[in-house]
Amino acid sequence: MRRLAPVLLAAFALFSAACEKKSQPQPSGEAPGGQAAQPGTTGTPPSSDSLLLGVVTSLTGAQATFGVSTRNGVEMAIKEANEAGGVKGKKLSVRVFDDQSKPEEAAQSVTRLITQDKVLVILGDVASSNSLAMAEKAQAAGVPMITPASTNPAVTQKGDFIFRVCFIDPFQGFVMAKFARENLKLDRVAILQDNKSAYSIGLTEVFTAKFKEMGGTLLATESYSQGDTDFRAQLTSIKKLKPQGIYVPGYYNDVGIIARQARELGLTVPMMGGDGWDSEKLFELAGDTLDGSYFSNHYSPQNPDPRVKNFIANYKAAYKSVPDALAALGYDAARVAIAALERSKDLSGPAIRDAIAQTQGFEGVAGKISLDEQRNAVKSAAILKVANGTTEFVTTINP
Amino acid sequence: MSQLLQHLINGIASGTIYALIALGYTMVYGVLKLINFAHGDVMMVGVYMGYATAFALGREARGSLGGVLLIFLVAMGGCALLGFLIERFAYRPLREKPRLTALITAIGISFTLSYGFQLDIGFLPGSAPRAFPQIIKPAQWFTLGDPEFPDVVLWNWQVISLVVAVGLMTGLQFLVYRTRFGRAMRAVSFDHRVAALMGIPTDRVISVTFMIGSALAAGAGLLYAIKDTSVSPLMGLYVGLKAFVAAVIGGIGNVPGAMVGGLLLGLVEEFVVGYAASTWRDAVAFGFLILVLLVRPGGLFGRVAAEKV
Repeated sequence: MRRLAPVLLAAFALFSAACEKKSQPQPSGEAPGGQAAQPGTTGTPPSSDSLLLGVVTSLTGAQATFGVSTRNGVEMAIKEANEAGGVKGKKLSVRVFDDQSKPEEAAQSVTRLITQDKVLVILGDVASSNSLAMAEKAQAAGVPMITPASTNPAVTQKGDFIFRVCFIDPFQGFVMAKFARENLKLDRVAILQDNKSAYSIGLTEVFTAKFKEMGGTLLATESYSQGDTDFRAQLTSIKKLKPQGIYVPGYYNDVGIIARQARELGLTVPMMGGDGWDSEKLFELAGDTLDGSYFSNHYSPQNPDPRVKNFIANYKAAYKSVPDALAALGYDAARVAIAALERSKDLSGPAIRDAIAQTQGFEGVAGKISLDEQRNAVKSAAILKVANGTTEFVTTINP
Repeated sequence: MSQLLQHLINGIASGTIYALIALGYTMVYGVLKLINFAHGDVMMVGVYMGYATAFALGREARGSLGGVLLIFLVAMGGCALLGFLIERFAYRPLREKPRLTALITAIGISFTLSYGFQLDIGFLPGSAPRAFPQIIKPAQWFTLGDPEFPDVVLWNWQVISLVVAVGLMTGLQFLVYRTRFGRAMRAVSFDHRVAALMGIPTDRVISVTFMIGSALAAGAGLLYAIKDTSVSPLMGLYVGLKAFVAAVIGGIGNVPGAMVGGLLLGLVEEFVVGYAASTWRDAVAFGFLILVLLVRPGGLFGRVAAEKV
């Protein structure tokens, strides 16, 4: 036993070290070429004939479908731009890193993209917790970053190099509170929040304030931690309060299980959520238990706009699935970046940043994008209803 | 009071599952002095085997007794085979090598399985979590208080998992202490070289031990999936680590210790989630381990063996 102790200790150390293992880079498309200007220096032209964008997103782990959709959207935009002749006579290429749904991995990947690959613009991630870690690094290095779908306000507050092409949490919480009071006429609501995610806490705060302001009663705010798999204790406490609806601003992988267990306990009131629900996997996990629930989102595939129809058709042809909002936002983020590269006077970080900041009335597939002073997109939100394993467009709520 | 009772029920239900997995760690450690870190991932593979079988059976057959038995049999049989292969090709060649070598190999196999299952090629499921089909339709077998808003609920799957777990453990106790094979196991655990000299087929004993441990893990994994309704390739790392903690709390290498350790850990976690917050759960679980080891370095039931000189 005495001889064993160090072995065991070593094993634990190894095991925990192994859990922190380095991510495998996943280069995609052509080999990276472009030598970008050193961050902070003014434009020296790139020495090769391809412009490199970097993507960091969650291809594995808890939010895997978000990352895969984002990557597909970005790659589609790059492909289309290259077919149209590229930017400034050069082809675009993209390098994708998987952050395994972990903030620390996301930060490492950004550092690699900046120091080794010398990318011009960074795109990513979806989960706000990861984007916050990335924004820190991108801002420090002076490389512009556009997050396609992180809705937490703190992300763009990291500095003047950080942009987003989606609305922010306060708006989503505001939209759902308004919808619950005005359209669903709910008086008594309980909240189940993910206390490990900045996103979920942000939505909860604003929803709570707005819902009370509009005269509703908030019964209780229960919480869980991302990755929990047994929510019966919290749901039982909620059920006792007899709510008319439950606000669950979490991610699909938890929400699917929450919905099943709520139905098991006999809780049949509608649930409400945010864009974190938007994944085909949600319906796979929840079965029919979410029918009659609502969530706020960036776009609806049922939107009749020809631009959206086109995008959906092309996406389906390339990836054999209906694009979710994350795919649309990934596509928009990449197109905003490409348009900015086209406009910028040279390829230095500050010049590209200034070009991105000028984005006004950009026609994206997930709505018109105008960036405000805080580098956030001002746009409307769609409310979707869950029915028979898919979503139906209900209404649009404007800022 | 009713809340306490509910937490007790939940804690015992999850504790028995930990205990079942912990048994595998303890048995393998008993005969080989090896911490089989791949054990949790074998459990994960078993859960996916059950998942595939449930889908192959179709919706009707899933909830029937025969269907459930078949799902358990396939998963447990498949994992027994997997356990055999892992021991035969990864651990046996290293048996006379330093112990650390085998341990690192075990960690390697663990990562191969958990990250291999995140690939989306052929039969591999990919990284996204999936919903485990309801092979046991949840029903409230016993409630206290208002039936619509009960204070205490005893679910059918909690009873079933307790009965299955206790049944498997009783079978294992019988095997280890009441059969010829069990005697051989204990002999190999005591000193495998001398056991070999006495004519005990040590290789076969070790193989079968691995197979039993892996089959138990698969059974426990299915109970876990029925309870939590979701499966993912990384579940084995997490649950396996917890079960390993349970085995160490009870005293690694000690069969009753693994059961008590598992139950204790399940209860401790449930009370933390119930009375504090689920964010604290893991910190408290590992804190509890440290506390137990400070008081009893060999675990609750373990004996600190004097070094043979």
